[in-house]
Amino acid sequence: MMVLITYDVNTENAAGRKRLRNIAKKCEDYGQRVQLSVFECIVDPQQLVVLKNQLTSIMDERTDSIRIYYLGSNWERRVEHIGAKPGYNPEGTLMV
Amino acid sequence: MKKLLNTLYVTSKDAYLHQQGETVVVKVDGQEKIRVPIHNLENIVCFGPMTCSTPLMELCGARNVYLAFFSEFGKFYARVEGPVHGNVLLRKQQFAGASRDPFRTDLARTFVLAKLANCRNVLLRAAREHHDETARVDIQHAASELSESARNLLEPVSLDVLRGIEGEAAKSYFSVFNHLIVAQKEDFVFNARSRRPPLDKVNAMLSFVYAVLANDVRSALEGVGLDPAVGFLHADRPGRPSLALDLMEEFRPYLADRLVLSLINRQQVKPGGFENSASGAILMNDETRKTLLSAYQERKREQIQHPFLNESVPLGLLAHVQAMLLARYIRGDLDAYPAFCWR
Repeated sequence: MMVLITYDVNTENAAGRKRLRNIAKKCEDYGQRVQLSVFECIVDPQQLVVLKNQLTSIMDERTDSIRIYYLGSNWERRVEHIGAKPGYNPEGTLMV
Repeated sequence: MKKLLNTLYVTSKDAYLHQQGETVVVKVDGQEKIRVPIHNLENIVCFGPMTCSTPLMELCGARNVYLAFFSEFGKFYARVEGPVHGNVLLRKQQFAGASRDPFRTDLARTFVLAKLANCRNVLLRAAREHHDETARVDIQHAASELSESARNLLEPVSLDVLRGIEGEAAKSYFSVFNHLIVAQKEDFVFNARSRRPPLDKVNAMLSFVYAVLANDVRSALEGVGLDPAVGFLHADRPGRPSLALDLMEEFRPYLADRLVLSLINRQQVKPGGFENSASGAILMNDETRKTLLSAYQERKREQIQHPFLNESVPLGLLAHVQAMLLARYIRGDLDAYPAFCWR
């Protein structure tokens, strides 16, 4: 299924900026960065549990927030892109 | 049921593949072209000269992602494999079965019978739709020759006779293959199967698709823990994935031949998309290769009702499903191997 992960991390201090980098890296391991703090990930339920655990252990729940949108397996008709940086379809033909 | 994961095809010259975290990054001229999480992939297939980092090979090995290298024209070079996994007991049973008759011959017969049935279906379907009367008669004649070969196989025959019958059947199948090409006929002419090198455009496409398909079948066999090198119909030879070639027989007509035919008949490939090499070989150019690969990849996502499992499966998982059924038969959980017959 496709999930959309977005986050806000408080970057006022160095520790916050480190959390931001780590969260971005984790999300990148599972999906595609479509905007600065927006990731589209194709995961199965088990992978999602792992990813969620990893993210919550990095974040600081007092200052940061993460939102996960469940787009299901029929996600293609629920996503529309307008403008630059169109990205790739992770379930389409991958050819470079 | 296993999920159909994606295949990453790398066809750009001088691409550099490396690992970053859990992702595969492809760079061309130092510019990042794509970055894919390894979890979404089951195969990385590279065509032509390129570079690949060892950490990526390590990651692929650890995650059971098969990394294969081909020449730009589909000649198989190498595969990177991780540690041997799967069930040693299953492999031992496979080795024992492959050196024991009648187990070996029976299984070889099943592969050939399925291939003949599928070839026949390809022909009959083409005959039904064909508008030219003489061609239709020819095709129907070849189809009945295939039925005849299949009937001969039902007698107890030795492995050598079986291979002989298969060869004859392949000959009559390919003798009418040219009739199955209905568009761009003057540019795409098929006389006989030629390989190493392919001598015409149709053969070039067939060889390429067979190579890619063989790689997929091989991955599927490894995925269920069978040894792709120990075959039943094909003799063992160093470096030859005999079992992959065995299992592939039943897929050739349905997955590969029909794909090539429809690309030609729908004019998705153009006669200009080929190159002659000095050795007389006809080879595809970059664009044709890409068309072929994306058509193949799209075809893999089509769903069919599997005749034995009675379940809807994407075509890309067909090799995996058959490998799984084969493993069950070898292990003794099934009384016979239900080869894939297209209806």
